[in-house]
Amino acid sequence: MTAQSGAADVAVRATAIVDANAALEGPLLPILHDLQDEFGCVPEEAVPVIANRLNLSRAEVHGVVSFYPDFHHSPSGRHVLKVCRAEACQSMGGEKIADRVRSALGIDWHETTPDGAVTLEPVYCLGLCSCAPAAMLDGEVTGRLDETRLAPLLDEARR
Amino acid sequence: MSLIHEIDYGTPASTSEEAVTLTIDGFEVTVPVGTSLMRAAAEAGIQVPKLCATDMVKSFGSCRLCLVEIEGRRGTPASCTTPVAPDMVVHTQTPRLKEIRRGVMELYISDHPLDCLTCAANGDCELQDMAGEVGLRDVRYGYDGANHVKARDNGEANPRYRPKDESNPYFTFDPSKCIVCSRCVRACEEVQGTFALTIEGRGFGSVVAAGQDEAFLASECVSCGACVQACPTATLQEKSVIDNGLPEHARVTTCAYCGVGCSFKAEMRGEELIRMVPYKDGKANRGHSCVKGRFAYGYANHKDRILNPMIREKITDPWREVSWEEALAHTASEFRRIQHQYGRSALGGITSSRCTNEETFIVQKLVRAGFGNNNVDTCARVCHSPTGYGLKTTFGTSAGTQDFDSVEKTDVVILIGANPTDGHPVFASRLKKRLREGAKLIVIDPRRIDLVRSPHIEASYHLPLKPGSNVAILTALAHVVVTEGLFDEAFIRERCDWDEFQDWATFVSDPRNSPEEVEKISGVPAAAIRGAARLYATGGNGAVYYGLGVTEHSQGSTTVMAIANLAMATGNLGRPGVGVNPLRGQNNVQGSCDMGSFPHELPGYRHISDEATRDIFEKLWNVTLDDEPGLRIPNMLDAAVDGSFRGIYIQGEDILQSDPDTKHVAAGLAAMECVVVHDLFLNETANYAHVFLPGSTFLEKDGTFTNAERRINRVRRVMAPKNGYADWEVTQLLANALGCGWNYTHPREIMAEIAATTPSFAGVTYELLEKEGSVQWPCNDKAPTGTPVMHVGGFQRGKGKFVVTEYVATDEKTGPRFPLLLTTGRILTQYNVGAQTRRTANTVWHEEDRLEIHPHDAEQRGIKDGDWVRLASRSGETSLKARITDRVAPGVVYTTFHHPGTQANVITTDFSDWATNCPEYKVTAVQVALSNGPSDWQQEYEEQARQARRIAPAMEAAE
Repeated sequence: MTAQSGAADVAVRATAIVDANAALEGPLLPILHDLQDEFGCVPEEAVPVIANRLNLSRAEVHGVVSFYPDFHHSPSGRHVLKVCRAEACQSMGGEKIADRVRSALGIDWHETTPDGAVTLEPVYCLGLCSCAPAAMLDGEVTGRLDETRLAPLLDEARR
Repeated sequence: MSLIHEIDYGTPASTSEEAVTLTIDGFEVTVPVGTSLMRAAAEAGIQVPKLCATDMVKSFGSCRLCLVEIEGRRGTPASCTTPVAPDMVVHTQTPRLKEIRRGVMELYISDHPLDCLTCAANGDCELQDMAGEVGLRDVRYGYDGANHVKARDNGEANPRYRPKDESNPYFTFDPSKCIVCSRCVRACEEVQGTFALTIEGRGFGSVVAAGQDEAFLASECVSCGACVQACPTATLQEKSVIDNGLPEHARVTTCAYCGVGCSFKAEMRGEELIRMVPYKDGKANRGHSCVKGRFAYGYANHKDRILNPMIREKITDPWREVSWEEALAHTASEFRRIQHQYGRSALGGITSSRCTNEETFIVQKLVRAGFGNNNVDTCARVCHSPTGYGLKTTFGTSAGTQDFDSVEKTDVVILIGANPTDGHPVFASRLKKRLREGAKLIVIDPRRIDLVRSPHIEASYHLPLKPGSNVAILTALAHVVVTEGLFDEAFIRERCDWDEFQDWATFVSDPRNSPEEVEKISGVPAAAIRGAARLYATGGNGAVYYGLGVTEHSQGSTTVMAIANLAMATGNLGRPGVGVNPLRGQNNVQGSCDMGSFPHELPGYRHISDEATRDIFEKLWNVTLDDEPGLRIPNMLDAAVDGSFRGIYIQGEDILQSDPDTKHVAAGLAAMECVVVHDLFLNETANYAHVFLPGSTFLEKDGTFTNAERRINRVRRVMAPKNGYADWEVTQLLANALGCGWNYTHPREIMAEIAATTPSFAGVTYELLEKEGSVQWPCNDKAPTGTPVMHVGGFQRGKGKFVVTEYVATDEKTGPRFPLLLTTGRILTQYNVGAQTRRTANTVWHEEDRLEIHPHDAEQRGIKDGDWVRLASRSGETSLKARITDRVAPGVVYTTFHHPGTQANVITTDFSDWATNCPEYKVTAVQVALSNGPSDWQQEYEEQARQARRIAPAMEAAE
């Protein structure tokens, strides 16, 4: 697919998503979630489509998309591993766990392994402070992380 | 003289009429309900430290510097977001507040470069000021942590650093100096209404971004300058300040571009203009500006500007530079010879809508008193002459009824034949602000202009009529108002002629004027016409704003009267928020009409045949005036071709480019024996001139401009005329060379003469303008400080007059050979014939005129975007590049006329308004076909222009 027809395809699919949500009160966030489900990200080409349909400026939509770390402009890996770096987890050794994860996967924050298996993201509080340090793989949380509990998590992420 | 420092009250003024009294730092302050503590303090002369607040935008409360303590309340609320309450006791400076403010400043400065000495904003930086005000002495955090300042940190690229964006020709964006106060983002949204900027990211990673994080030039940014004005640091900075340093003195003056008439501070260093900054007290613009007035003044120093007088025997000769004495003596002797040989009426003059009232007044005086005839006309002939005629007939005054502030009280706006976001950008921003507050909009325009739909604005109705069917549509709106009983009977009975109303009502009620019938003529669905009429008649304060899309038609005057009928029938006149508002094209087109520029009218719109009026001028000028109207521009050209009209003095107008049927204009000029062009540049008309008198810019002279709201604004000289004389002085020198014996020493004396002879200006003096800033005529004993809203309580002419507006289709019709309709307009960054804006960096946005064509019509002709196309009408043909867009309806094509190479007026016909001869620019039947490039005419023209502009090398030791 050429770049141009790719962009046109994104525009068509994005238009359908925007139209499906346009009647909602405050439709922008539901639209962004649906786009992320559809494309694995919020493609930049979709931003003008949303802006036009909702009668916003491109800048406004861009401001919202960029505000939320969970919305990306390019797709993440097959898995997304989020490691908590907030205060409670830090106090329970979370940074050491985080270093361990980075060296085990060979990537830094916001990066994806070359095989596309996993993207590593920092997160600031999963609401699991009582079970710190905590992480979340593809939406499923794990608490009280240590070497033993980390290993199967990394195995799963690499798959 | 020094810089003009305007107080920044921090938050906008409250409009409440209820007052509150409180105590701030021991002083009692009384302010309107809803005022912020910050503003209340500022009104008492106390400036609370602040960074994110400025009175051009609403309070935001993000910088945490403007904290105050309030007795009886806990904590330290932000003074910008806390409204006043009765009997509050507020302290703006306490040990606790000092401590907090210093701490906040430390954090700001820890992520800001320390290059104050070499920074372009040094001395004009609010961050610097605040550091001083809070007594910042030390930054405990150091400068080594995460930052947005350094390109490289510890040898590695700093991912947070962003380089300077210099893409905009007039200002730079340096994110390393940004404190993320978001004043720029809010100014773009609230003041300009473009929403081109945003805050990207969150927390410490927040940065200002244009569009989707792109260069300013690539984003939606329209370069209005509001963000630059709002920025408290050097993040957004004028390039002229970066290049030249800060200005040291300033004078308030009036922009010389469109009819909005924005007030600016011309900020100077010596005789160099450093920048133009919109003036908050300017009553037309209220502190806002557009890319033209704010930035596009570079033409004043352009290399093409001619500074010495020039003459030549024949238009095929090269120009010869001569002294002022020689040029004027030559002109006077030629003019005398022509009148001797061909008679008194063989001469004429054209006044300029770009020049001041005073200059225009003395040009018409030169013609009437000096030439002894009434052959004077002005470029309003080709734009708003139908407005003058139509509004005079119906209301009794040839001008708009409101001030621009009126839009703040409007509930429903009908916008017809105007494209304010391009043509009148500052008014457009004020209109958009009102629309975002909930006012409704009806757009009547063949083209889908930006106001039909753009971020946060959407017209309730867009009636995309076929060009030329304005009268039919307006009568159909009136049909709905009358037949559905939506008219304001009490208003009509009280203020209008009831019998005339009944005649008119019978006429509009006729089924042939129903929306269903008019749909067949205009192509606009009847339901939309009905909906729009109901909305205007019942939606509250209804105001009509219109432009050249109304006037430049064969039924231009009829359309103006149809608008007036509609406003009278719905009672939408005589108070703020309503009215009929022509958006005037040029800075002083209202003024040039007021000053008696038309062949049949003396200043103040009094007919030349009126003996009493003539008597006033005859006594003062000590001459006998001709009581017959003189020639209009088209008649002068016809007479020139016939041989009876031989010489003309043209001040500041390029008739060859701006008037219809270019070939006819060229033939008329070529037939004359002495064409005198008085202008900044060798314009297109000058290609046919024998004498060229160099003109002065608005920066080089004193005077007044009158804008679209009848507001007389001062123009103030900030530098000496580079050509030696202000334009009024040149006209006086010419008059005196002809033996008139004038001795004006300052334009204020000309204004005194205007006031002494013209009732609507009777009270205008330079002293009054100094005191009031500006006044709107009529200004006389009855209204000593002017008249913001006209026809309050009753019409100027007595009873409002309803005029039957029969629709007569133009003779310019489409057919098999010319199946498309061409209509013309403007673009934001260029102005009129482009003589000025083409000589500025504004060309980065619009380097050539394009032909807009609907995809359907383009496909039929095999035209792709960017192809050269041949545009032909019954009058002529030209070539330009196509732009394919669905902004225009199928069957309609559109172009601008800013570039002489395009020669759009070769295409337009010589059909004109039945009453005023205003040309029918907005409708021409055309055909469009692929072509290889410029037409033969364009190439011939280009060659002729090149030849005609040659200037002979100066002779040695000419003294």
